[in-house]
Amino acid sequence: MGEASKISRYLYTVIVLFVIWLFLTSNLDPQELTIGLLFSLIVGALTYEVFTERGLANFHPRRVAYAILYIPYFLWAMIMANLDVAYRVLHPKRPINPGIVECKTVLTNNVGKLTLANSITLTPGTITLDVKGDRYFIHWIDVKDASVEGASDHITRPFEKFLKVIFE
Amino acid sequence: MIAEIVGEFLVLFGTIFYFLSSLGLIRMPDVYNRMQTATKSATLGSLGVIIGVGIWAIGHVGSYAWLPKTLVIAVFLLLTNPISAHALIRAAYKSGIPLWEGSVVDKYREYLEKEEGKEEVSDETKEGEQ
Repeated sequence: MGEASKISRYLYTVIVLFVIWLFLTSNLDPQELTIGLLFSLIVGALTYEVFTERGLANFHPRRVAYAILYIPYFLWAMIMANLDVAYRVLHPKRPINPGIVECKTVLTNNVGKLTLANSITLTPGTITLDVKGDRYFIHWIDVKDASVEGASDHITRPFEKFLKVIFE
Repeated sequence: MIAEIVGEFLVLFGTIFYFLSSLGLIRMPDVYNRMQTATKSATLGSLGVIIGVGIWAIGHVGSYAWLPKTLVIAVFLLLTNPISAHALIRAAYKSGIPLWEGSVVDKYREYLEKEEGKEEVSDETKEGEQ
């Protein structure tokens, strides 16, 4: 997908910056809003070229809905995996079975691949060691399946179905 | 009152995970498995403590200004933490630290060896062409 128009990218940057400002001040006083908008416009003008490639297309309702659904899904996966690692730490026999496996991804977008790698790293038990094209090299604390297909089923597929809609 | 209890519970939950991650740091056999416990449990631990403090403040101070700020901190933590973890583990691998002897598979080594083989072959063909 090519780059969106400059105006769309600029507006997207300003909106994101302004929302961060709203969260940081947590105040709806007109003075705060004015100065926040002013600074969003200035900082947006300086940074929109590196901040986004797709601009307002990121706010497509389907993408936003999947992004919102992704948050609880991801948090749940993270908590379960955290408990799993905690169990391995506390178990007297230390039941680990580590190794570096390879996964394939169907994502092509750079931001999507970054998000997938970050999600994998944040889920305990797996760390992304390197990404080469569509190949992910992942250190897995409990290797259930060493083949590329099997590892992809366990690690990347669950996230991909969300990220595909959000980023592709 | 309820907000205070929920906040206190989240902070306690976070501290338990901090404790578990430091315990894992001692118990795990090699640097890669230590990274697993250290970076991960620290993430959930930090999330619990940071958001817990935000919710706690609603009940304790009566202020809603804390929670949005702690949420922003949590989001930035989630964005930056995995990158540092990735940089550390990749640096560890590139500097030649071996995997634990109980490790079952190392696809990355196979990949690197294949790549090196390819480079040697391509070098040879270049020399041959010259």
